[in-house]
Amino acid sequence: MMLNRTASSFLLMELVQGMALTLKAMFRPKHTINYPYEKGPLSPRFRGEHALRRYPNGEERCIACKLCEAVCPAQAITIEAEPREDGSRRTTRYDLDMTKCIYCGYCQEACPVDAIVEGPNFEFATETREELFYNKDKLLANGDRWEAEIASNIALDAPYR
Amino acid sequence: MPKLKIDGVEIEVENGLTVLQACEQAGVEIPRFCYHERLSVAGNCRMCLVEVSPGPPKPQASCALPAGEGMEVTTNSPMVEKARTGVMEFLLINHPLDCPICDQGGECDLQDQAMGYGNSGSRYTEDKRAVSEKYMGPLINTIMTRCIHCTRCVRFSTEVGGVTDMGMVNRGENAEITTLEKAVSSELSGNVIDLCPVGALTSKPYSFVARPWELKKTETIDVLDAMGSNIRVDVRGNEVMRVLPRLNEDVNEEWISDKSRFSCDGLRSQRLDKPYVRNAAGKLEPASWDEAFAVISAKLSGAAGERIAAIAGDQCDAESMFALKGLMDALGSPNLDCRQDGAALDPSVRSSYLFNTGIAKAEEADICLIIGANPRWEAPLVNTRLRKGWLDGGMKISVIGPQLDLTYDYDYLGASTATLQEIADGTHPFAAALKAAKRPMLMIGMGALSRDDGAACLAVARKIANDCGLIRDDWNGFNVLHTAAARVGGMDLGFTPGQGGCDVSGILNGASSGAIDVVYLLGADEIKMSSLDKAFVIYQGHHGDAGAHAADVILPGAAYTEKSGVYVNLEGRVQRGRRAAFPPGDAREDWTILRALSAIVGKTLPYDDLPGLRKAMHEACPHFTHIDTVEPTSWEDFGTIGDMSAAPFKSAIENFYMTDPISRASETMAACTREFILNAEGATGTDG
Repeated sequence: MMLNRTASSFLLMELVQGMALTLKAMFRPKHTINYPYEKGPLSPRFRGEHALRRYPNGEERCIACKLCEAVCPAQAITIEAEPREDGSRRTTRYDLDMTKCIYCGYCQEACPVDAIVEGPNFEFATETREELFYNKDKLLANGDRWEAEIASNIALDAPYR
Repeated sequence: MPKLKIDGVEIEVENGLTVLQACEQAGVEIPRFCYHERLSVAGNCRMCLVEVSPGPPKPQASCALPAGEGMEVTTNSPMVEKARTGVMEFLLINHPLDCPICDQGGECDLQDQAMGYGNSGSRYTEDKRAVSEKYMGPLINTIMTRCIHCTRCVRFSTEVGGVTDMGMVNRGENAEITTLEKAVSSELSGNVIDLCPVGALTSKPYSFVARPWELKKTETIDVLDAMGSNIRVDVRGNEVMRVLPRLNEDVNEEWISDKSRFSCDGLRSQRLDKPYVRNAAGKLEPASWDEAFAVISAKLSGAAGERIAAIAGDQCDAESMFALKGLMDALGSPNLDCRQDGAALDPSVRSSYLFNTGIAKAEEADICLIIGANPRWEAPLVNTRLRKGWLDGGMKISVIGPQLDLTYDYDYLGASTATLQEIADGTHPFAAALKAAKRPMLMIGMGALSRDDGAACLAVARKIANDCGLIRDDWNGFNVLHTAAARVGGMDLGFTPGQGGCDVSGILNGASSGAIDVVYLLGADEIKMSSLDKAFVIYQGHHGDAGAHAADVILPGAAYTEKSGVYVNLEGRVQRGRRAAFPPGDAREDWTILRALSAIVGKTLPYDDLPGLRKAMHEACPHFTHIDTVEPTSWEDFGTIGDMSAAPFKSAIENFYMTDPISRASETMAACTREFILNAEGATGTDG
C-alpha cells in the first residue's frame, strides 16, 4: 500500500492521468460555437425581443384591449387608446420598457389576436438605457422584420397549444 | 307577510315582493339581466330561473313570480343549474366574442355571469346575427350586435326618463332596439349606459380610452347642479376619465344627469394652471404666486374695507367660502354675496331658501305647484321624483312659468305673476285644490327669485304656503329649487352682505360707479363682467371663463374633483366630496390660496390645515358636522310683500348643457348643445 503510493507519486501518475484526459478531449467533437458567426438552435417557444405583428394585408393586429398591460407582472407595458378615424379601436401609444420586462411571456399568452409576441431575437443589446424604451413604431418595425420567423414559430408550436 | 323557504332556510318577507327579491333578502344571489329594482318587471331574459314547489315541474322566472306563502324555492338544484347554463348558451348564440374590443369588458354582467353559469365552450358553429348600429346622439355609442334584448334601456327611457325615443321593433331573431335615428332627447340618457348589462350601449366620449381595472375610483359629490348627486369619479393618472353615479336613495337614487356625467372632459381644457397678472399694456401675463400675491397685497393694503367686495361662484366648496368670508371680515368688508344671479333669498331664515320637503319625499306629494322653474333642466333628478309621483301616486302638477315638456302632464296656469297673486289671495280655484290636498307642495325656481321683484315673489310664495296649508307638523311643502351647488352652503355660512354691505347688484353698481375698488371673485363667472371694468378684479377659479377674462389677477384654483370639500345640496344635506385628482400645474386647493393670501396681507386666518379650517367652520356653523343628514329647520316669518311686475316667468337656465365654466369648456357638452338645443330651435317640423 505504502509502496504503491510512493511509486505513483514518484512517477507523476496524477499528472499523466490529467494529460491523458486532455489528449482524449482533443479528439472529441467540440461543444462551443463560433458566436456571432455561428448560433445555437432555438426552440419555437423561445421568448426573446418583443414585436407587434400585422395581418398579411398590413393592418396592425393590436386592438388595444389592454390585457397585456393588465397581465404584465413587471408593469413594463403602457397603452393609450382611442377610436381611429375609421372608428376602430387602436392604440395611440404602446410603450414597452425592455429594462423592466422579465420575459415571462404572459403578454403573448394574454393577447387574443397574437399581436404582441416575443420573437426569436435575443441580440438587441444597446449602448444606452433609453434605447431599450420601445415605442409602438419600434415594436411594429420588429414585427415586420421578424414576421417570417415568428409566423413559423407559432405554426410549429400550434399543435402543442 | 308570506313565509317561504329558500334553499331550505325559512324567511318571512314583506307582501308584494317577488321571489327574486325574497332570495336577495335571504342572501342568495340570483343571476339576472333584464330585472332592475327601479324599473318595471319584464321577465324576458330568463336568467333568473329557479325551482319552485308547489308549482309546475319546470323552472320559473323568479323576477316575475310573487313570493307566496309556503313556497319552497331551490336555487342550486341540478335543474336550476342546467336551466341557467341553457339560457346562457342561448344568449351567447348571437352575442359576439368581441370582449377584447368592447368597452364593457371587465365590468360586463354577461361576461361575469358567463364565467359563473355558462359552459366553457360553444356548440354553435353557425353564423352569428349582425345588427346595424343605431344613432342615439352624441353621448351614447351603440354596437347593437351585442344587444341581448333585456329592454332595460327602453324601460328606463319611458318610465324614468319620460321620453319615448327608444323602443324595440320586430320580433324573434329580428328584434332590435332602436331610436329611429334620433338622439335620445333626455337629460338622463347617460344612465342607459350603466343599465345596459352588455356592451351594446356604451359611452361615446369614453369610448376605447380606458379599462375599468386601470382606474382609481373616488367617491365624491357632483356640483354641476344643486342636487348634490353622489358620484364616483374614475381617474387614470391625473386625468378624470369618467363620472358614474353612486347609490343614495335620499338624493339621486342611482341616476345622474348627462351634464354631471359627461362634462368631465371640460376639466381638461381651458384650465388655469398658473397665476396671471395684467400688465401695463392690459395683457394678462403669467406670474409667480409671490408676484400675484404682491400685486393683490399692494391693492388691498390701501383700500378701506367698504371699498372691497367678494362674490362666490356656483361651484365653491364651503371651506373656500368660509376662508374668503374670514378674510373679508378681517379686511373689514361687509360686501359679500354668494347669489350671483341676484336671487332674493333670505339668509336669516334657513327654511326660506331650502327645498324643505326633501328630494325623496317630494314624490309623496299629491299636488305640486311649480313657479318660474323648469325642473327638468334645473334639477333633473327632482323632476324624476315628480314624474314618479305623477306616475305612481297620481300627483297633480300645475305650472306657473314657461310652458315646457316636463315629461309629465300638468295644468298650465299661465306665466304671469297675476295668477300667483290670485292663488295667494285665494281667488284662484287652484288655491282651494291646494287646501284640499293631503300633502301639497310648491316649488319656486330661480327664474322667479332672481328677477328684480324676486323678494315679492318669495313673499307671495310664502303666503301661499302659509294660507293654503302647505306647512304642517310633519310636512313642509315650501321649496326653493336651486340651480347652484354652492348656494345653500354659502347661505348657511352667511356669505351674504353684512351690516350695511352690498349684495351682488350693489357690488356691480358700486364697481361701475367707483364706490368699490377691489372685487374678489371666487369662481364667479355668471355676473355681468362689463360692470367690473373700473374695479381691480381678483379672480380665483379653475377655468378661463368670463371671470378670468375680466380679472386683473388670476389665482388658479381647483375644480370639484381636485379638492376635498363640503357641499350642501338644495334640501340642506351636508355632504363631503373627496379629492380624485390633483389640480393642474401651479393651481392649488382654494382654501390654501386664501390662507396664503391672508398671511401676505397681514390678516392671517387662524388655521393651517383642513381639519383646523373645518373645526373653525363647525364652530361657526354647527350643522356642518352632520355629514349626509338634513338638519330640521323651523318655519319662520320671512319675505316682504311688494309689487310684482307683470313680466312672465322664465326659466333660469337657457341651455341645460352649458351652465357653468366646466360644462362650457366641455366638448361633449358643446356637441349636445348642437344636437339638442340648436337643432331643436332650428327645426321647423319639416326637416325630419
